[in-house]
Amino acid sequence: MIVARELCKQFGQTQVLRSLDMKIARGRVTAIVGPNGAGKTTLIKCVLGLTRPDAGELLFDGAPIRGQDAYRARIGYMPQIARFPDNLTGIEFLTLLRTIRGSLASDDRMVDDLALRTHLQQQLRVLSGGTKQKVNAVAAFMFNPELLILDEPTSGLDPLAAGVMKARIRSERAAGRTIIITSHILSEIDELADDIVYLTDGSVHFAGSVADLRHTTEQPTLERAIAALMTRSAT
Amino acid sequence: MSAATASATTSLMSETAGHQHSVRLTGVARHVALFQARNVVRSRWILSYTAFFLLATEALLRFSGNRAGTILSLANIVLYVVPLVTLVVGSVYLYNAREFIELLLAQPVDRRRLFVGLYGGLTVPLALSICVGIGAPLVARGFASTNDGIMLLILLTVAVALTMSFSGIALTLALYCDDRLRGLTATIGVWLLGAVVYDAGILAVVAAFSDYPLERPMLVLTLLNPIDLARVAIMLQLDVSALMGYTGAVFQQFLGGGAGLVVALGCLSLWVAVPVALGAHKFSRKDF
Repeated sequence: MIVARELCKQFGQTQVLRSLDMKIARGRVTAIVGPNGAGKTTLIKCVLGLTRPDAGELLFDGAPIRGQDAYRARIGYMPQIARFPDNLTGIEFLTLLRTIRGSLASDDRMVDDLALRTHLQQQLRVLSGGTKQKVNAVAAFMFNPELLILDEPTSGLDPLAAGVMKARIRSERAAGRTIIITSHILSEIDELADDIVYLTDGSVHFAGSVADLRHTTEQPTLERAIAALMTRSAT
Repeated sequence: MSAATASATTSLMSETAGHQHSVRLTGVARHVALFQARNVVRSRWILSYTAFFLLATEALLRFSGNRAGTILSLANIVLYVVPLVTLVVGSVYLYNAREFIELLLAQPVDRRRLFVGLYGGLTVPLALSICVGIGAPLVARGFASTNDGIMLLILLTVAVALTMSFSGIALTLALYCDDRLRGLTATIGVWLLGAVVYDAGILAVVAAFSDYPLERPMLVLTLLNPIDLARVAIMLQLDVSALMGYTGAVFQQFLGGGAGLVVALGCLSLWVAVPVALGAHKFSRKDF
Protein backbone atom coordinates (compact mmCIF):
# COMPACT_ATOMS: atom_id res chain seq x y z
CA MET A 1 0.00 0.00 0.00
CA ILE A 2 2.85 2.37 0.88
CA VAL A 3 6.40 2.22 -0.34
CA ALA A 4 9.14 4.56 0.86
CA ARG A 5 12.42 4.63 -1.03
CA GLU A 6 15.54 6.31 0.29
CA LEU A 7 13.56 8.93 2.18
CA CYS A 8 15.68 11.74 3.63
CA LYS A 9 14.61 14.64 5.76
CA GLN A 10 16.66 17.20 7.58
CA PHE A 11 15.41 19.80 10.03
CA GLY A 12 18.11 22.41 10.49
CA GLN A 13 21.20 20.47 11.55
CA THR A 14 19.38 17.28 12.51
CA GLN A 15 19.02 14.49 10.01
CA VAL A 16 15.65 13.01 11.01
CA LEU A 17 15.21 10.47 8.23
CA ARG A 18 18.30 8.84 6.76
CA SER A 19 17.65 7.15 3.46
CA LEU A 20 14.71 5.26 4.88
CA ASP A 21 13.22 2.31 2.98
CA MET A 22 9.93 0.83 4.05
CA LYS A 23 6.93 -1.10 2.76
CA ILE A 24 3.52 -1.17 4.38
CA ALA A 25 1.47 -4.18 3.31
CA ARG A 26 -2.19 -3.81 2.39
CA GLY A 27 -4.77 -5.27 4.75
CA ARG A 28 -2.43 -5.58 7.71
CA VAL A 29 -1.79 -3.70 10.93
CA THR A 30 1.73 -2.28 10.96
CA ALA A 31 3.18 -0.85 14.14
CA ILE A 32 5.92 1.74 13.78
CA VAL A 33 8.04 1.60 16.91
CA GLY A 34 11.30 3.07 18.05
CA PRO A 35 12.82 5.28 20.69
CA ASN A 36 11.85 8.95 21.02
CA GLY A 37 13.27 11.03 18.21
CA ALA A 38 13.70 8.02 15.91
CA GLY A 39 11.62 9.72 13.20
CA LYS A 40 8.24 8.02 13.63
CA THR A 41 6.16 11.19 13.55
CA THR A 42 8.19 12.66 10.69
CA LEU A 43 7.70 9.48 8.68
CA ILE A 44 3.94 9.61 9.26
CA LYS A 45 3.85 13.29 8.33
CA CYS A 46 5.69 12.49 5.10
CA VAL A 47 3.07 9.88 4.22
CA LEU A 48 0.34 12.45 4.88
CA GLY A 49 2.13 15.12 2.86
CA LEU A 50 2.38 17.43 5.88
CA THR A 51 6.15 17.32 5.60
CA ARG A 52 7.99 17.07 2.30
CA PRO A 53 11.02 14.81 2.20
CA ASP A 54 14.27 16.35 0.95
CA ALA A 55 15.04 13.30 -1.15
CA GLY A 56 13.57 9.93 -1.92
CA GLU A 57 10.20 8.76 -3.05
CA LEU A 58 6.92 7.85 -1.41
CA LEU A 59 4.36 5.79 -3.28
CA PHE A 60 0.74 5.40 -2.26
CA ASP A 61 -0.80 2.48 -4.08
CA GLY A 62 1.98 2.69 -6.67
CA ALA A 63 1.60 6.41 -7.41
CA PRO A 64 4.02 9.06 -6.11
CA ILE A 65 2.35 11.35 -3.60
CA ARG A 66 4.53 14.40 -4.20
CA GLY A 67 2.34 17.39 -4.96
CA GLN A 68 -0.85 15.34 -4.77
CA ASP A 69 -3.91 16.05 -2.61
CA ALA A 70 -6.62 13.66 -3.73
CA TYR A 71 -5.02 10.48 -2.29
CA ARG A 72 -5.68 11.79 1.22
CA ALA A 73 -9.39 11.18 0.67
CA ARG A 74 -8.46 7.52 1.19
CA ILE A 75 -6.68 8.13 4.50
CA GLY A 76 -8.03 8.64 7.99
CA TYR A 77 -5.58 10.28 10.37
CA MET A 78 -5.69 10.52 14.13
CA PRO A 79 -2.94 12.81 15.43
CA GLN A 80 -1.33 12.43 18.81
CA ILE A 81 -2.46 15.79 20.17
CA ALA A 82 -5.96 17.10 19.71
CA ARG A 83 -6.38 20.86 19.51
CA PHE A 84 -9.40 22.44 17.94
CA PRO A 85 -10.75 25.97 17.51
CA ASP A 86 -12.08 26.82 20.97
CA ASN A 87 -15.49 28.24 20.29
CA LEU A 88 -16.92 25.61 17.99
CA THR A 89 -18.71 22.39 18.74
CA GLY A 90 -17.71 18.86 17.82
CA ILE A 91 -20.69 18.68 15.48
CA GLU A 92 -19.51 21.79 13.65
CA PHE A 93 -16.02 20.31 13.32
CA LEU A 94 -17.29 17.00 11.93
CA THR A 95 -19.58 18.90 9.55
CA LEU A 96 -16.61 20.89 8.25
CA LEU A 97 -14.72 17.66 7.54
CA ARG A 98 -17.76 16.23 5.79
CA THR A 99 -18.10 19.31 3.56
CA ILE A 100 -14.45 19.60 2.62
CA ARG A 101 -14.33 15.89 1.88
CA GLY A 102 -17.52 16.25 -0.12
CA SER A 103 -18.77 13.11 1.56
CA LEU A 104 -22.29 12.89 2.84
CA ALA A 105 -21.99 9.26 3.80
CA SER A 106 -20.27 8.99 7.11
CA ASP A 107 -19.89 6.31 9.69
CA ASP A 108 -20.56 7.54 13.20
CA ARG A 109 -20.50 4.21 15.00
CA MET A 110 -17.61 5.57 17.04
CA VAL A 111 -19.82 8.38 18.37
CA ASP A 112 -22.08 5.88 20.08
CA ASP A 113 -19.31 3.44 20.98
CA LEU A 114 -17.47 6.21 22.81
CA ALA A 115 -20.71 7.71 24.24
CA LEU A 116 -19.84 11.05 22.68
CA ARG A 117 -23.18 12.27 21.42
CA THR A 118 -23.87 14.84 24.15
CA HIS A 119 -20.24 16.02 24.20
CA LEU A 120 -20.41 16.81 20.50
CA GLN A 121 -22.98 19.52 21.20
CA GLN A 122 -20.59 21.32 23.54
CA GLN A 123 -17.93 23.81 22.59
CA LEU A 124 -14.64 22.02 22.04
CA ARG A 125 -12.91 24.30 24.55
CA VAL A 126 -14.74 22.78 27.52
CA LEU A 127 -13.91 19.17 26.62
CA SER A 128 -11.16 17.34 28.48
CA GLY A 129 -8.04 16.21 26.66
CA GLY A 130 -9.27 12.63 26.50
CA THR A 131 -12.68 13.64 25.16
CA LYS A 132 -11.02 15.77 22.48
CA GLN A 133 -8.97 12.72 21.54
CA LYS A 134 -12.24 10.79 21.14
CA VAL A 135 -13.50 13.48 18.74
CA ASN A 136 -10.27 12.96 16.79
CA ALA A 137 -10.92 9.23 16.73
CA VAL A 138 -14.42 9.75 15.35
CA ALA A 139 -12.97 12.00 12.62
CA ALA A 140 -10.36 9.42 11.65
CA PHE A 141 -12.83 6.54 11.27
CA MET A 142 -15.74 8.58 9.92
CA PHE A 143 -15.12 8.16 6.19
CA ASN A 144 -14.29 4.45 6.16
CA PRO A 145 -10.81 5.12 4.77
CA GLU A 146 -8.71 2.42 3.13
CA LEU A 147 -5.73 3.45 5.22
CA LEU A 148 -5.86 4.47 8.86
CA ILE A 149 -2.92 6.27 10.41
CA LEU A 150 -3.22 6.34 14.18
CA ASP A 151 -0.53 8.16 16.13
CA GLU A 152 -0.60 6.84 19.71
CA PRO A 153 -4.31 6.02 19.40
CA THR A 154 -4.95 5.05 23.00
CA SER A 155 -2.81 7.63 24.78
CA GLY A 156 -5.00 9.87 26.90
CA LEU A 157 -8.03 7.58 26.57
CA ASP A 158 -9.65 5.93 29.57
CA PRO A 159 -9.44 2.10 29.66
CA LEU A 160 -12.98 1.70 28.38
CA ALA A 161 -12.38 4.01 25.40
CA ALA A 162 -9.01 2.36 24.75
CA GLY A 163 -10.85 -0.97 24.60
CA VAL A 164 -13.36 0.45 22.10
CA MET A 165 -10.47 1.77 20.02
CA LYS A 166 -8.69 -1.58 19.97
CA ALA A 167 -11.89 -3.44 19.08
CA ARG A 168 -12.49 -1.01 16.23
CA ILE A 169 -8.93 -1.43 14.93
CA ARG A 170 -9.50 -5.21 14.89
CA SER A 171 -12.79 -4.91 13.04
CA GLU A 172 -11.27 -2.54 10.48
CA ARG A 173 -8.47 -5.07 9.94
CA ALA A 174 -11.07 -7.80 9.47
CA ALA A 175 -12.78 -5.59 6.87
CA GLY A 176 -9.52 -5.53 4.91
CA ARG A 177 -8.30 -2.04 5.75
CA THR A 178 -4.66 -1.13 6.16
CA ILE A 179 -3.69 0.34 9.51
CA ILE A 180 -0.53 2.06 10.69
CA ILE A 181 -0.17 2.69 14.40
CA THR A 182 2.56 4.10 16.56
CA SER A 183 2.59 3.27 20.21
CA HIS A 184 4.87 2.93 23.18
CA ILE A 185 2.57 0.40 24.81
CA LEU A 186 4.09 -2.91 23.80
CA SER A 187 1.26 -5.07 25.07
CA GLU A 188 -1.04 -3.12 22.79
CA ILE A 189 1.23 -3.68 19.80
CA ASP A 190 1.40 -7.35 20.69
CA GLU A 191 -2.39 -7.47 20.70
CA LEU A 192 -2.94 -5.59 17.44
CA ALA A 193 0.02 -5.62 15.12
CA ASP A 194 0.81 -8.06 12.31
CA ASP A 195 4.00 -6.32 11.24
CA ILE A 196 6.62 -4.29 13.03
CA VAL A 197 8.76 -1.52 11.60
CA TYR A 198 11.45 -0.61 14.09
CA LEU A 199 13.08 2.78 13.53
CA THR A 200 16.27 4.08 15.05
CA ASP A 201 18.03 7.26 14.09
CA GLY A 202 15.89 7.81 11.03
CA SER A 203 16.24 4.47 9.33
CA VAL A 204 14.58 1.11 9.51
CA HIS A 205 16.41 -1.24 11.85
CA PHE A 206 13.97 -4.10 11.57
CA ALA A 207 10.92 -4.74 9.42
CA GLY A 208 8.88 -7.90 9.39
CA SER A 209 6.09 -9.78 11.04
CA VAL A 210 5.79 -10.11 14.79
CA ALA A 211 6.69 -13.81 14.50
CA ASP A 212 9.81 -12.92 12.47
CA LEU A 213 10.85 -10.46 15.15
CA ARG A 214 10.53 -13.06 17.92
CA HIS A 215 12.44 -15.50 15.78
CA THR A 216 15.36 -13.22 14.86
CA THR A 217 15.80 -11.89 18.37
CA GLU A 218 15.23 -15.36 19.88
CA GLN A 219 12.95 -13.90 22.52
CA PRO A 220 9.66 -15.43 23.67
CA THR A 221 7.61 -12.22 24.00
CA LEU A 222 7.29 -9.10 21.88
CA GLU A 223 8.25 -6.98 24.84
CA ARG A 224 11.55 -8.78 25.25
CA ALA A 225 12.13 -8.86 21.51
CA ILE A 226 11.76 -5.08 21.25
CA ALA A 227 13.92 -4.59 24.30
CA ALA A 228 16.52 -6.75 22.57
CA LEU A 229 16.27 -4.59 19.44
CA MET A 230 16.69 -1.46 21.51
CA THR A 231 19.80 -2.64 23.28
CA ARG A 232 21.21 -4.04 20.06
CA SER A 233 20.70 -0.77 18.23
CA ALA A 234 22.09 1.23 21.13
CA THR A 235 25.42 -0.58 21.09
CA MET B 1 -23.47 -2.22 -24.46
CA SER B 2 -20.55 -2.08 -26.89
CA ALA B 3 -17.03 -1.51 -25.70
CA ALA B 4 -16.96 1.95 -27.28
CA THR B 5 -20.08 3.12 -25.46
CA ALA B 6 -18.79 1.62 -22.25
CA SER B 7 -15.54 3.53 -22.46
CA ALA B 8 -17.43 6.69 -23.44
CA THR B 9 -19.62 6.28 -20.37
CA THR B 10 -16.67 5.76 -18.07
CA SER B 11 -14.85 8.78 -19.48
CA LEU B 12 -18.01 10.83 -19.03
CA MET B 13 -18.30 9.59 -15.48
CA SER B 14 -14.70 10.34 -14.68
CA GLU B 15 -15.20 13.78 -16.19
CA THR B 16 -18.13 14.52 -13.90
CA ALA B 17 -16.15 13.12 -10.99
CA GLY B 18 -13.28 15.47 -11.88
CA HIS B 19 -15.73 18.34 -12.12
CA GLN B 20 -17.17 17.56 -8.72
CA HIS B 21 -13.67 17.37 -7.36
CA SER B 22 -12.78 20.85 -8.57
CA VAL B 23 -16.05 22.26 -7.24
CA ARG B 24 -15.25 20.72 -3.92
CA LEU B 25 -11.78 22.22 -3.87
CA THR B 26 -13.01 25.76 -4.57
CA GLY B 27 -15.48 25.19 -1.78
CA VAL B 28 -12.66 24.39 0.64
CA ALA B 29 -11.53 28.01 1.04
CA ARG B 30 -15.08 29.18 1.64
CA HIS B 31 -15.96 26.43 4.12
CA VAL B 32 -12.75 26.83 6.11
CA ALA B 33 -13.24 30.62 6.12
CA LEU B 34 -16.80 30.31 7.39
CA PHE B 35 -15.76 27.80 10.03
CA GLN B 36 -12.85 29.89 11.30
CA ALA B 37 -14.89 33.10 11.11
CA ARG B 38 -17.55 31.50 13.29
CA ASN B 39 -14.85 30.64 15.80
CA VAL B 40 -13.52 34.22 15.75
CA VAL B 41 -16.98 35.80 16.02
CA ARG B 42 -17.69 33.76 19.16
CA SER B 43 -14.46 34.82 20.82
CA ARG B 44 -14.35 37.49 23.47
CA TRP B 45 -11.59 39.57 21.94
CA ILE B 46 -13.54 40.32 18.75
CA LEU B 47 -16.41 41.59 20.92
CA SER B 48 -13.98 43.85 22.79
CA TYR B 49 -12.57 45.07 19.48
CA THR B 50 -16.05 46.01 18.21
CA ALA B 51 -16.96 47.56 21.57
CA PHE B 52 -13.76 49.61 21.49
CA PHE B 53 -14.68 51.21 18.15
CA LEU B 54 -18.29 51.71 19.22
CA LEU B 55 -17.23 53.49 22.41
CA ALA B 56 -14.51 55.54 20.73
CA THR B 57 -16.91 56.69 17.99
CA GLU B 58 -19.66 57.50 20.48
CA ALA B 59 -17.29 59.42 22.71
CA LEU B 60 -15.84 61.43 19.83
CA LEU B 61 -19.32 62.23 18.52
CA ARG B 62 -20.36 63.55 21.91
CA PHE B 63 -17.26 65.48 22.81
CA SER B 64 -16.00 66.86 19.51
CA GLY B 65 -18.14 69.60 18.04
CA ASN B 66 -17.91 69.08 14.30
CA ARG B 67 -18.25 66.09 12.06
CA ALA B 68 -14.97 66.51 10.22
CA GLY B 69 -13.21 66.61 13.57
CA THR B 70 -14.81 63.32 14.57
CA ILE B 71 -13.73 61.63 11.36
CA LEU B 72 -10.23 63.00 11.73
CA SER B 73 -9.83 61.74 15.29
CA LEU B 74 -11.29 58.37 14.30
CA ALA B 75 -8.84 58.20 11.42
CA ASN B 76 -5.92 58.72 13.80
CA ILE B 77 -7.20 55.94 16.05
CA VAL B 78 -7.70 53.59 13.09
CA LEU B 79 -4.21 54.26 11.73
CA TYR B 80 -2.56 53.19 14.99
CA VAL B 81 -4.94 50.61 16.43
CA VAL B 82 -5.95 48.60 13.36
CA PRO B 83 -2.41 47.60 12.28
CA LEU B 84 -1.34 46.81 15.85
CA VAL B 85 -4.36 44.72 16.79
CA THR B 86 -4.48 42.97 13.42
CA LEU B 87 -0.79 42.04 13.59
CA VAL B 88 -0.95 40.65 17.12
CA VAL B 89 -4.28 38.89 16.72
CA GLY B 90 -3.28 37.51 13.32
CA SER B 91 -0.09 35.87 14.50
CA VAL B 92 -1.74 34.44 17.63
CA TYR B 93 -4.57 33.13 15.42
CA LEU B 94 -2.12 31.18 13.30
CA TYR B 95 -0.12 29.80 16.24
CA ASN B 96 -3.30 28.66 18.00
CA ALA B 97 -4.55 26.96 14.85
CA ARG B 98 -1.27 25.10 14.27
CA GLU B 99 -2.45 21.60 15.28
CA PHE B 100 -5.81 22.19 13.68
CA ILE B 101 -4.12 23.18 10.41
CA GLU B 102 -2.22 19.88 10.53
CA LEU B 103 -5.51 18.06 10.87
CA LEU B 104 -6.97 19.95 7.91
CA LEU B 105 -3.85 19.34 5.81
CA ALA B 106 -4.35 15.61 6.35
CA GLN B 107 -7.64 15.98 4.43
CA PRO B 108 -7.75 16.00 0.64
CA VAL B 109 -7.37 19.78 0.34
CA ASP B 110 -5.21 22.08 -1.73
CA ARG B 111 -2.84 24.02 0.49
CA ARG B 112 -3.28 27.40 -1.19
CA ARG B 113 -7.06 27.19 -0.86
CA LEU B 114 -6.70 26.25 2.77
CA PHE B 115 -4.51 29.31 3.29
CA VAL B 116 -7.06 31.58 1.60
CA GLY B 117 -9.71 30.07 3.87
CA LEU B 118 -7.65 30.74 6.99
CA TYR B 119 -6.96 34.29 5.81
CA GLY B 120 -10.63 34.95 5.11
CA GLY B 121 -11.70 33.47 8.44
CA LEU B 122 -9.55 36.06 10.19
CA THR B 123 -9.92 39.10 7.94
CA VAL B 124 -13.67 39.12 7.38
CA PRO B 125 -14.68 39.21 11.09
CA LEU B 126 -12.01 41.85 11.84
CA ALA B 127 -13.20 44.05 8.97
CA LEU B 128 -16.86 43.61 9.91
CA SER B 129 -16.03 44.46 13.49
CA ILE B 130 -14.58 47.84 12.43
CA CYS B 131 -17.41 48.59 10.01
CA VAL B 132 -20.01 47.92 12.71
CA GLY B 133 -18.05 49.69 15.45
CA ILE B 134 -17.44 52.87 13.48
CA GLY B 135 -20.20 52.71 10.91
CA ALA B 136 -23.21 52.03 13.14
CA PRO B 137 -23.01 55.13 15.38
CA LEU B 138 -22.19 57.39 12.44
CA VAL B 139 -24.91 56.04 10.17
CA ALA B 140 -27.39 56.29 13.06
CA ARG B 141 -26.60 60.01 13.22
CA GLY B 142 -27.21 60.49 9.55
CA PHE B 143 -23.60 60.67 8.35
CA ALA B 144 -24.33 58.50 5.36
CA SER B 145 -26.81 60.94 3.81
CA THR B 146 -24.66 64.07 4.05
CA ASN B 147 -21.43 65.19 2.41
CA ASP B 148 -19.62 63.46 5.24
CA GLY B 149 -20.91 60.16 3.86
CA ILE B 150 -18.06 60.04 1.37
CA MET B 151 -15.55 60.63 4.16
CA LEU B 152 -17.06 57.83 6.20
CA LEU B 153 -16.89 55.58 3.16
CA ILE B 154 -13.22 56.39 2.61
CA LEU B 155 -12.39 55.93 6.29
CA LEU B 156 -14.03 52.50 6.35
CA THR B 157 -12.43 51.52 3.01
CA VAL B 158 -9.02 52.44 4.35
CA ALA B 159 -9.65 50.62 7.66
CA VAL B 160 -10.70 47.47 5.78
CA ALA B 161 -7.69 47.75 3.46
CA LEU B 162 -5.36 48.08 6.46
CA THR B 163 -6.98 45.03 8.05
CA MET B 164 -6.60 43.00 4.85
CA SER B 165 -2.99 44.04 4.49
CA PHE B 166 -1.83 43.54 8.06
CA SER B 167 -3.61 40.23 8.57
CA GLY B 168 -1.74 38.96 5.52
CA ILE B 169 1.53 40.31 6.93
CA ALA B 170 0.78 38.73 10.34
CA LEU B 171 -0.02 35.28 8.91
CA THR B 172 3.05 35.38 6.68
CA LEU B 173 5.36 36.37 9.54
CA ALA B 174 3.88 33.65 11.75
CA LEU B 175 4.49 31.09 8.99
CA TYR B 176 8.12 32.13 8.71
CA CYS B 177 8.77 32.10 12.48
CA ASP B 178 7.97 28.75 14.05
CA ASP B 179 8.75 30.15 17.46
CA ARG B 180 5.76 32.01 18.93
CA LEU B 181 7.78 34.55 20.83
CA ARG B 182 9.96 35.42 17.85
CA GLY B 183 6.89 35.67 15.65
CA LEU B 184 5.11 38.02 18.03
CA THR B 185 8.24 40.12 18.42
CA ALA B 186 8.53 40.33 14.64
CA THR B 187 4.92 41.50 14.24
CA ILE B 188 5.32 44.18 16.90
CA GLY B 189 8.59 45.19 15.27
CA VAL B 190 6.76 45.62 11.97
CA TRP B 191 4.18 47.83 13.67
CA LEU B 192 6.86 49.98 15.31
CA LEU B 193 8.60 50.33 11.96
CA GLY B 194 5.45 51.43 10.17
CA ALA B 195 3.89 53.56 12.89
CA VAL B 196 6.82 55.14 14.72
CA VAL B 197 10.27 54.58 13.21
CA TYR B 198 9.05 55.49 9.74
CA ASP B 199 7.87 58.95 10.82
CA ALA B 200 11.12 59.61 12.61
CA GLY B 201 12.99 58.47 9.51
CA ILE B 202 11.02 60.85 7.29
CA LEU B 203 11.81 63.73 9.63
CA ALA B 204 15.48 62.80 9.66
CA VAL B 205 15.62 62.63 5.87
CA VAL B 206 13.85 65.99 5.53
CA ALA B 207 16.20 67.62 8.02
CA ALA B 208 19.35 66.13 6.55
CA PHE B 209 18.57 66.81 2.89
CA SER B 210 16.64 70.06 3.23
CA ASP B 211 18.71 71.67 0.46
CA TYR B 212 17.65 69.12 -2.13
CA PRO B 213 14.34 68.60 -3.92
CA LEU B 214 12.79 65.76 -1.95
CA GLU B 215 9.35 65.42 -3.53
CA ARG B 216 9.99 62.38 -5.66
CA PRO B 217 11.96 60.39 -3.07
CA MET B 218 9.21 61.18 -0.56
CA LEU B 219 6.56 59.87 -2.92
CA VAL B 220 8.48 56.60 -3.18
CA LEU B 221 8.96 56.42 0.59
CA THR B 222 5.22 56.75 1.14
CA LEU B 223 4.54 53.79 -1.11
CA LEU B 224 6.78 51.69 1.13
CA ASN B 225 4.53 52.10 4.18
CA PRO B 226 0.90 50.95 4.13
CA ILE B 227 0.09 52.99 7.24
CA ASP B 228 1.33 56.17 5.59
CA LEU B 229 -0.57 55.33 2.40
CA ALA B 230 -3.72 54.92 4.47
CA ARG B 231 -3.09 58.23 6.23
CA VAL B 232 -2.52 60.05 2.95
CA ALA B 233 -5.69 58.54 1.45
CA ILE B 234 -7.79 59.85 4.34
CA MET B 235 -6.11 63.22 4.74
CA LEU B 236 -6.35 64.05 1.04
CA GLN B 237 -10.11 63.76 1.36
CA LEU B 238 -10.39 65.68 4.61
CA ASP B 239 -8.29 68.44 3.11
CA VAL B 240 -6.54 69.31 6.33
CA SER B 241 -3.11 70.31 5.10
CA ALA B 242 -1.76 70.84 8.60
CA LEU B 243 -2.19 67.14 9.34
CA MET B 244 -1.23 65.90 5.95
CA GLY B 245 2.43 65.77 6.80
CA TYR B 246 5.27 65.99 4.34
CA THR B 247 4.33 62.95 2.29
CA GLY B 248 0.67 63.92 2.14
CA ALA B 249 1.57 67.38 0.90
CA VAL B 250 3.73 65.84 -1.81
CA PHE B 251 0.84 63.61 -2.88
CA GLN B 252 -1.47 66.60 -2.97
CA GLN B 253 0.99 68.63 -5.01
CA PHE B 254 1.86 65.94 -7.51
CA LEU B 255 -1.37 64.09 -7.97
CA GLY B 256 -4.13 66.26 -6.53
CA GLY B 257 -6.97 64.95 -4.37
CA GLY B 258 -8.72 62.53 -6.73
CA ALA B 259 -5.72 60.98 -8.47
CA GLY B 260 -3.85 60.89 -5.16
CA LEU B 261 -6.63 58.84 -3.60
CA VAL B 262 -6.66 56.40 -6.51
CA VAL B 263 -2.87 55.97 -6.39
CA ALA B 264 -2.88 55.57 -2.58
CA LEU B 265 -5.66 52.95 -2.65
CA GLY B 266 -4.02 51.19 -5.59
CA CYS B 267 -0.75 50.91 -3.70
CA LEU B 268 -2.61 49.75 -0.58
CA SER B 269 -4.17 46.96 -2.59
CA LEU B 270 -0.64 45.91 -3.58
CA TRP B 271 0.10 45.85 0.14
CA VAL B 272 -2.80 43.40 0.45
CA ALA B 273 -1.91 41.22 -2.53
CA VAL B 274 1.84 40.85 -1.98
CA PRO B 275 1.82 39.61 1.65
CA VAL B 276 -1.08 37.24 0.93
CA ALA B 277 0.74 35.84 -2.12
CA LEU B 278 3.94 35.44 -0.08
CA GLY B 279 2.03 33.74 2.72
CA ALA B 280 0.26 31.37 0.32
CA HIS B 281 3.59 30.52 -1.27
CA LYS B 282 5.22 29.77 2.10
CA PHE B 283 2.14 27.85 3.29
CA SER B 284 2.14 25.66 0.19
CA ARG B 285 5.70 24.45 0.76
CA LYS B 286 6.01 24.53 4.53
CA ASP B 287 6.68 21.45 6.67
CA PHE B 288 4.11 21.05 9.42
